[in-house]
Amino acid sequence: MVRFILQKFAFMILSLFILVTATFVLMNAVPGSPLQREKATSPQIQKNLEAYYGLDKPLIQQYVVYLNNLLHFDLGISMKKRFYSVNKIIEDSFKYSLRLGIVSVITSVVGGCVLGIIAALYHRRFLDNLAMVLAVIGLAIPSMVMAPVLQYLFAVKVRWFEVAGLEGPLDYVLPTIALSSVSIAFIARLIRSTMIEVLHADFIRTAKAKGLAGHLVVWRHCMRNSMLPVVTYLGYLVAGVITGSVIIEAIFAIPGMGKLFVQSVIDRDYPLIMGITVFYAVLLMVCRFLADIAYALVDPRLRIHKSKVGN
Amino acid sequence: MQNDSNVNVVQQRSADLFTPLERGLGGSEHIERESMTAWQHVRHRLVSNKLAMTGLVLMILIILMAIFAPVLSPYDHYSNDLPNANQPPSWSHWFGTDDLGRDMFVRTWKGAQVSLFVGIVAALIDLVIGVVYGGIMGYYGGKVDEVMNRIAEILYALPYLLVVILLLVVMEPSLTTIIVAMSITGWINMAWIVRGQIMQLKNQEYALASRALGAGNMRILFRHLIPNAIGPILVTLTLTVPNAIFTEAFLSFLGLGVQSPVASWGTMLNDGINAIQVYPWRELFPAFFLSLTMFAFNVFGDGLRDAFDPIMRKS
Repeated sequence: MVRFILQKFAFMILSLFILVTATFVLMNAVPGSPLQREKATSPQIQKNLEAYYGLDKPLIQQYVVYLNNLLHFDLGISMKKRFYSVNKIIEDSFKYSLRLGIVSVITSVVGGCVLGIIAALYHRRFLDNLAMVLAVIGLAIPSMVMAPVLQYLFAVKVRWFEVAGLEGPLDYVLPTIALSSVSIAFIARLIRSTMIEVLHADFIRTAKAKGLAGHLVVWRHCMRNSMLPVVTYLGYLVAGVITGSVIIEAIFAIPGMGKLFVQSVIDRDYPLIMGITVFYAVLLMVCRFLADIAYALVDPRLRIHKSKVGN
Repeated sequence: MQNDSNVNVVQQRSADLFTPLERGLGGSEHIERESMTAWQHVRHRLVSNKLAMTGLVLMILIILMAIFAPVLSPYDHYSNDLPNANQPPSWSHWFGTDDLGRDMFVRTWKGAQVSLFVGIVAALIDLVIGVVYGGIMGYYGGKVDEVMNRIAEILYALPYLLVVILLLVVMEPSLTTIIVAMSITGWINMAWIVRGQIMQLKNQEYALASRALGAGNMRILFRHLIPNAIGPILVTLTLTVPNAIFTEAFLSFLGLGVQSPVASWGTMLNDGINAIQVYPWRELFPAFFLSLTMFAFNVFGDGLRDAFDPIMRKS
């Protein structure tokens, strides 16, 4: 088990290192100095700016400095928003994304589980079919379609919610639905298929035979076993929420990190792009790492298999 | 004594109750229905799956419309016609017009062309790289597999969209860039599927027979093993397409993908969203067809998977 965790951890660090290096190389491969502007600046100012951002040093040295700063959680200074540190900019915007992200992860898991359990319990009956049709449609509608349609229906036609912004708790409703519809559908299908399998297992028959009430069988025996694949999916759910947030924040005008990321790409603000990329990557990889460990902890079969074969 | 008489009674009774059966083959050799090959089974299961068939019909319709609608229409997707800007759907413009007076019907199907092109090309690239890489991993096993698998694992851990967006920063935003960027990590899933299949298949008798007849490794792998893994490969291929379509629309929506005047569902969605309160048709048509296309491919892929995997079908 310890070996498994250490191995996963080592690979996470290696992946992260590759990503950081690739980001650095890519950002430096772009022709032209990132400090060049439409307005001509005097050579002296240009030199001073380059010195300020450390661009006058040779590339290798820049790379070492960059890595060293990263180790101290220092992501550098933005080029477009002069003298603002990337850390500060990320800190300011991340709180919006974090709140929305947590709300929609919870919505996805709860919504997906409820839908999936209903479908499994009413297998091949009306409710099952209804839930699965909803799930298939939910999977097919991407967030950049879901968000404007919701906006149009519930904020323009029926004025129940605000069109944009993230001030009150009501403002969370539309972005959350748009952000979690795909994962709700995915989790629902996942839960349904494993749950149907589990419902036919012998230990469920035993539980029923000894006279356990229906809801207790579902809660105590089925749920724990059906949750397994969802645990693995959690790492990817976070990835989906981050991807989705880029779109959702643009549509609902939420000043979060997704919006910031797109803006930094359009502005070609290299320190900011690199900073956000590294931040997202760490967030994602840590989540996947935790999901892997959680899975190994919950499923003893994997534990034995992994430690023996290392496959 | 008591027991003995009981047994006798039972024997007498059973002799009365049962009539001896004629010796012979009886019904054991009767053929109930014609035997089917594996492929016929797959086709049968696929055709009897209504949802999958709906997906297939929709896919064909969308592909046909994408090919013929822009050619047959009197309008093109790039000419401005400002006096007719923002027209609602009518007989002359079935889906209305956008802010530059361009016909939304033609632009929607031009967008379908872009989406389908990206989806299919990305899927084919994934297919080639994934099958070769996964085939070699699975066939050689051991150290080769170990090393190649680690490389794939590290690449897989890289957040897909971050890599794509990073590449788009460096390269010019265009269709080629999107496809290249998507292919960097896209093939890994396919490689793992093929690897698993080949590992199962490589110890089969026909592989051994082929080796005994003097076939080389590459011949066994590509002529014998890969064709037998075609089912899971096809399923993965079908399900890659909607993912690629989504990614293209995602990037174009953010302004990082296809650039105007080329019509893409992503750019059209982004254009339409500012006008959604006044001219909703500019948003709703591309939105509907993007969803419909993803629905069709997803549903057909699911059906294909169920058809190839009879165990899954039961549940």
